[in-house]
Amino acid sequence: MNQRLFWDKFFEKVFKGTAWVAVLTLVGIFLMLLINSARAFETISFAEFFSGTAWNPAAYGEATYGIGAMLFSTLLVTIGAMLIAVPLGIGAAAFLSEVASPRTRNILKPAIEMLAAVPSVVIGFLGIVLVAPALAKIFDLPHGLNALNGSILLAIMALPTLISVTEDAIHAVPQHYKEASYALGANRWETLLRVTLPSCTSGILVAIMLGLGRALGETMTVLMATGNATAMPNGFFDSVRTITATVAIEMGEVPFGTPHYFSLFACALVLFLITLLVNIAAERVAAGYRRKGQ
Amino acid sequence: MEKIKIDIQELDLFFDKKQVLKNVSLHIPAGKITAIIGPSGCGKSTLLRSLNRMHDLNPQARLSGKIMLDELNILHGNTNVVHLRRRIGMVFQKPNPFPKSIAENVSYGLKINGLHDKKKLAEAVENSLRAAALWDEVKDDLDKSALDLSGGQQQRLCIARAVAVEPEVILMDEPCSALDPISTAKVEELMLELKKKYTLVIVTHNMQQAQRVSDFTAFMYLGELIEVGETRQIFQKPQHDLTKNYVEGHFG
Ligand SMILES: Nc1ncnc2c1ncn2[C@@H]1O[C@H](COP(=O)(O)OP(=O)(O)OP(=O)(O)O)[C@@H](O)[C@H]1O
Ligand SMILES: [Mg+2]
Repeated sequence: MNQRLFWDKFFEKVFKGTAWVAVLTLVGIFLMLLINSARAFETISFAEFFSGTAWNPAAYGEATYGIGAMLFSTLLVTIGAMLIAVPLGIGAAAFLSEVASPRTRNILKPAIEMLAAVPSVVIGFLGIVLVAPALAKIFDLPHGLNALNGSILLAIMALPTLISVTEDAIHAVPQHYKEASYALGANRWETLLRVTLPSCTSGILVAIMLGLGRALGETMTVLMATGNATAMPNGFFDSVRTITATVAIEMGEVPFGTPHYFSLFACALVLFLITLLVNIAAERVAAGYRRKGQ
Repeated sequence: MEKIKIDIQELDLFFDKKQVLKNVSLHIPAGKITAIIGPSGCGKSTLLRSLNRMHDLNPQARLSGKIMLDELNILHGNTNVVHLRRRIGMVFQKPNPFPKSIAENVSYGLKINGLHDKKKLAEAVENSLRAAALWDEVKDDLDKSALDLSGGQQQRLCIARAVAVEPEVILMDEPCSALDPISTAKVEELMLELKKKYTLVIVTHNMQQAQRVSDFTAFMYLGELIEVGETRQIFQKPQHDLTKNYVEGHFG
């Protein structure tokens, strides 16, 4: 066999192997979560786990394992983050690609992407010393360690990816769509809203999905900045504790092999399934838009 | 003497330091088809795009001279570009319908101009599609994506889209260069039909097409307007050697 053919085959094998390792890892994680979760439901009933709102597994006597409050908190913080990040992110991306001069864009875009490199513990820190006091002051609260704080911080963390991916999508919209719009008398704003953005919906959806995944799975920031209360929140001004925070806090101290131990796997499994669902849904919607033609 | 719809006077255009149009003066008569011909790169598209101020999008473009649309000074800074583009529509070389439904494509220009009445929009869609000789082919598929149409149908849809806002002038930049002969014949037939209501300016590389459809022909070479006249005269008795060589197919 000649040398080029050898290396060609060699790399093909290496990359094929890598792809399979990734798939097997995913399946492995899923099975590990599933098997351990199953053990949890030997002692805890499904009904209690999913409909109960009291999470008190370490209680002396009657331990309770309801993830309702944590699940709701996770969704509350995540949706809040998206409500902040999506309009801001799309707006910033539109500004970068359609309004800013090439020079401004070449400075701003890398700077925004750099924001993604800030460790989450630093963002959490900012949440405690900066955002929380500000929220307390603005809304006249005893303290600002609440769901809103978490949403704001997660929005900041989701923004770099959201902006960057959306900007790429907007940038890829063919110039001739925009020209057709201008030639019909549309201004820049109308062209952006009615032609450019609708033409790159699938790209924007991917961006939102990535942001959502980031927000759902983020642990450190929400653990630090949302007040760490396991009770069911009434709104954005209540302290909360997300599923990720609970697993992170309790996994280190829980006695091995107890129902509490296994229940944390069940928590992680729920989170895993939610993210999976978000990914699948987004993929389908995006595929639908791609078929319509872009 | 013909009524003049667009009067181009001593137009110069630079892209950065490169001069692309050199002292171009040209009358576009109302209700006629004027063809602009010339070798690739001579500035035909650039001239056409000056008429509806498409160069506004390009910060490198600098224009001087004067272009009048009836009484409107097109290049003047105070001219409302939105109104101007409503009066001068454009069809591009490559069919470029929006990735929207057929009906939405046609109604786009009306909607951004503030028309939201569903019944009126539907009427305008039908009329415009009829004007573009496309109605019979698509009347049952108005909600389907415009991108599922054939290239020729897409180009006629783009014509319908331009017609919908009822412009006075329609600019067409090589509208048939991406089309097969049958679609081309349809679009040419359509041009002759549209001439009854609109003033048309077309750019074409197809000498037969220019002779088939246009009333007047302008020949450009390296950014200059070499010769303009009745189409028959330009093709049969060109005054200028460059024109003669070009229309006889010796270069280009
Ligand atoms: N945006 C631009 N920036 C710089 N130069 C440009 C730009 N657009 C066109 N040109 C240059 O201007 C000259 C005229 O271009 P134009 O597109 O008007 O030619 P054309 O006659 O339409 O050619 P074709 O028949 O190939 O379409 C060319 O030399 C081209 O390279
Ligand atoms: Mg051209």
